[in-house]
This record gives sequence, C-alpha cells and structure tokens, in this order.
Amino acid sequence: MHPREIDWVIMGVYFVFVLGIGYTLRRYMKTSTDYFLSGRSIPAWVAGLAFLSANLGAQEVIGMAASGAKYGMATSHFYWVGAIPAMVFLGVFMMPFYYGSQARSVPEYLKLRFDEKTRGLNAISFATMTVFSSGISMYAMGLLLNLLLGWDFDTSVWLSAAVVLAYILLGGLTSAIYNEVLQFFLIVFGFAPLVFLGLKDLGGWQGLSARLTHVATAQGFAPQAWSSTWSQMGDATSNPMGVEWFGVVMGLGFVLSFGYWCTDFLVVQRAMAAHSMSAARRTPLIAAVPKMLFPFLVIVPGMIAIASSVHTGATGFVLPHKADGTLNYDLSIPMMLSHYFPHGMLGLGITALLASFMSGMAGNITAFNTVWTYDIYQAYIHRGASDHHYLNMGRVATVFGITLSVAAAYVANHFNNIMDMLQLLFAFVNAPLFATFLLGMFWKRATGHGAFAGLLSGTAAAALHHALTLPTGSLAGIKGGWLTLLHGYPSEMAQNFWTAIWAFSVCFVVTIAVSLITRPRPEKDLVGLVYSLTPRLREADQAWYARPAVLGAGVLAATLILNLLFW
Amino acid sequence: MGLDIRIPLGMMFTILGCLLAGFGFFSDPAIYQRSLGIDVNLWWGLVLLVFGALMLWLGWRAAAGRTH
Repeated sequence: MHPREIDWVIMGVYFVFVLGIGYTLRRYMKTSTDYFLSGRSIPAWVAGLAFLSANLGAQEVIGMAASGAKYGMATSHFYWVGAIPAMVFLGVFMMPFYYGSQARSVPEYLKLRFDEKTRGLNAISFATMTVFSSGISMYAMGLLLNLLLGWDFDTSVWLSAAVVLAYILLGGLTSAIYNEVLQFFLIVFGFAPLVFLGLKDLGGWQGLSARLTHVATAQGFAPQAWSSTWSQMGDATSNPMGVEWFGVVMGLGFVLSFGYWCTDFLVVQRAMAAHSMSAARRTPLIAAVPKMLFPFLVIVPGMIAIASSVHTGATGFVLPHKADGTLNYDLSIPMMLSHYFPHGMLGLGITALLASFMSGMAGNITAFNTVWTYDIYQAYIHRGASDHHYLNMGRVATVFGITLSVAAAYVANHFNNIMDMLQLLFAFVNAPLFATFLLGMFWKRATGHGAFAGLLSGTAAAALHHALTLPTGSLAGIKGGWLTLLHGYPSEMAQNFWTAIWAFSVCFVVTIAVSLITRPRPEKDLVGLVYSLTPRLREADQAWYARPAVLGAGVLAATLILNLLFW
Repeated sequence: MGLDIRIPLGMMFTILGCLLAGFGFFSDPAIYQRSLGIDVNLWWGLVLLVFGALMLWLGWRAAAGRTH
C-alpha cells in the first residue's frame, strides 16, 4: 500500500519540525563546547531519551523485529540482559569518571587515564566505525524506502543525508539530541497501536503464544520455545538462537553489553552533554526505563508476523519470501504497517521508521565529528588553534562524515561482502574494550603500555578465535574457520558471544601482566580518573529517590521481574 | 540551552493529532476494515493531541516560571 496525501502531509510536518529545530538552535552555537557537547546544558530526561534514541537506528528496529520472528521472545535478552545492567553500571559507577574528568570524549578519557597511543587507537577505530555504521544504516533505509514508498535508492539516500546534514550543521549536538527526543516519541506513538492491533487480531498474548507453539514444534523445538525467554536456555540445541545460558550471561550480558553501553561514545556523548554530574549519572538510568519496555514495541511485532505467517487459513498476513525460499523476516514491521494501518496512521508509522533511521544516522555523525575534531584533528593535525577554528572544523567534519557515509551506503549496495568484513573487523576491535575501561577505572596500577598491549592482543584473540571456529552448517570464510577448524558452534550467535568472551579475557590478562612490568603513573595524576583515588561523590543534597544507586536498584528489580514474568 | 524541547514537541504532536483525528472523523469508515473496524486515526489522533497539549502546557508553565 503506497502512501496517499494525508500520509505525505504527516511526513511533511515531521520534516518541517526536524529542520525547524536545527534552524532555531543555530544562533546558540557560539563555541565548540556548544556544538560538540551542547554546552553541557541538557536536562537529564532529555539526555536520557536521546541516549535511547541514538541507539534506536535502522538495524535496531528492523533487526530486532526480524530476530523476534526468528528466535521469539528470547530476543529480549538483548534488552533485559544485554542492555539494562550495563546502563545501570554506566550511570552508577562509570559516569563519575567520564563526566568528572571533564574529558570531552571517550577517547580523551583514555588519554587522560592512560596515554596518547591508547587514545589514538581508540579514536581512529571509533571514527572509522561510526562513518561506516551510518553508511550501512543509510543503505538499509534506501532499500526499505524503495519498498514502502517506491522511492529509488538514490533519492532515499541523498534526501535523508541532506536532512540530517542540515540539522546537525545548524544546531550541532543539541539539534541531534532534540531531534532524538522527537524521534523517541514518534517511534513509541507510531508502533504502539501497531502492536495493539496485531495482538488484538491474534487474540491477545494468549492467542499469540498458542500460534507460536506451531512455529516452534514445526522446527522441532519445545512448544513454548518462541514465547519464553529462559526456559529453553539450559542447552544450546533446545532453543532457536543456539546459545546456552552461560553464553548469554557472559558473552552478551557482560562482555558485549558492557563493551557497547559503557564505552561507546555514541551513547556516552548524550550523558556527557547533561547539565550536571547528577543529571549525567541519571541519563542512562532514565533511558533504562523505556528501554526495558522496548521489546514489546520492536520484538513482539516480529513474533506477530511469524505467528501470522505460519498459521494459515486464519486472519493475519503472510511475510513475503526471499529469493532462497525462506521468509523475509526483515519485512516484519513494514508488512504489519501496510496490513493494519489505514491511510493516516500509515503516514505516522512510516514517519516513525524514518525517524528511527535518521536518529541512528545523526547519532553516528555527531559522535564522529566530535572524535574527529578533538581526538584526531586537534591532537595530531592542528594543535593550539582558536576555539572558533575547531567549531568550524566540526562543521566541516559533519559534511565530510556524511559524505563518507553516503559513499559507504553505495559501497554496501554494490559489494555486500566488504560491509560484512568491515562489521566483523569492528566486532574484533570492540570486543576487548570493556576490559581496558574496567581496569582503567578500578585498578590504579593499570598503565598505558598495559592498556595498549591489552587492546591489541584482545583484538588479535578475537580474530584468532573467529579464524578457528565455525557455526555448524556454514562454509569457512567470512563466517569463520579461515585458518583451520578447531571447534564448531551450534549457531553464529553462540560463536559471536564466545569470540567476545575470549577477546575480553585475553585483553584483561594481558593488560594486567604488562601493567605489572611497566612503570605506574604517579597517583596524584590519577585523581578523578580512578575509583580508589577519587573522593566519593556527596549525594546528601539529593532526594533519596533521585540518587543514582536507588534508581539503578529500582531499574534492576523491574528488569528482574520482567525476566520472571516471561521466563 | 535557549529552546525548551517541550514546546516544539508539543506543537508537532498537537498538529499531528489534529490532522489524524480530523481525517479519522471525516474519512470513509470502509478504510478501517484493515484496522479491525477501529477508527484508529480518530482515537490515536486524540491521544496525540492530548500528549501534545500536555507538553505545551508543561513547556509554557516552565517559561512563565522563568520570567517571574
């Protein structure tokens, strides 16, 4: 179903506001701090919603629905295990060092804590990664808009790039953050009625679960495999993800999740823009509240789509097939939009999708222009220029970053394999990161040489583990096993989790070993950067319910209840 | 930072709410077959309208508080 006038008008209203916000904010952009850090003036709830939206890009929304169809309710492990605990840890334990050290970026914290080379390694790999991620996101959007609106790939890519460029160029990080808040509400208001209609059509949660038993038994799993989270995780062969509880908890819940939420500047930047230390600490905790409910908005649609497709002869709709005959799970949300929404709501639903694409892209671009300007340009190319010079550099970097993303989108369109290889490479680089931050923040003896050696060997360990293992049923090559085959995993996901566990462990051990044989930094240089040398924050002036530890405990308790409810 | 996000947020959802509810009120009921017979445009438009108005009220109240 292609959009009609009313749908176009709704999309138009959204674009007017997105650009209008950028235009209104342009006169506040006077210093580089205004541009890259929103002048550290954002209220906690705004920063919190932006923290969430920046991560809610294309792959997130489309991919989580696809996983919901493929693996069922267990996909919510990516939220309740793989996000919330790490977000709480960031707010309660790590934010005091990020915000308190006055670092302007995550790589800059590494420079303050360790040394120049550790920062350089992190800054360059991060900057490259953000540009390509934003390109991949743009590529996914191009394909989807082609399907939904009938736009051709070029129009989609250039139009969305132009809009994001305009609002970031004008209003910097503030513009990105404000638009992310708009996007957050659009996604909630656009998808909530979709889930309501889908569930109502299938007879509520009960009706959905009943239909999902057909999906599960048809593939040889226990009947509740699609509607439960933990009950089938005892063994990797009894659930469609092909992972067991230990891999989920350690690989996803600990290494991957903490590595992303606690060290990725894309999200941490939103908290750094908050107006005070307490607001910065509350940012990820506020974000955690809607985050724990997002499985119902993005995963349940996938479950509805698969339940609807497999049980024929009833109400609902059928997902289209891919060229190889399997169901195209990526179309879960677009198919539901066009099945359940009349014109009017269809416009709102498409706007919500567009919003999620643009927020993901803008998040990458604002993180890129900051790291480029502060950690690469100011550090290695042109030191000691005026603040105005760096402000302008930020604008140039925005244009440059978006241009590179567009190029990456075209590369992805032509050579899918190159993008798969790049994503694999990023996974290797990211996997060990959390070990470096954990030791840096909580062990004063960790040294720069240790951190650098740990990062390199962790990345090498990830690559080596990948080279020696393979998911069953895959060919050696991009999926692994390109040196020789030592071990097979039941699924690609299990292999990813264990790659991360190995990378983290090797980085952790090597960092400790090298630190012990290298000269430590004097303790006075580490005040404010390491836990044991930093005076405890006084929280007495905050109401008890606003204290990060209390909020964090509440968030964790609620997450635990959700896990038990959907056990 | 100068601009209170609740104002544009409220304005946008008020406009979207009016558009959807208005369209839902005047549109042919036959198009709601796909949404299980529910006029989602009207009902959800009203929800958006209430949310938009609430945001505007909060934003204006805060602005009034700053000037006094």
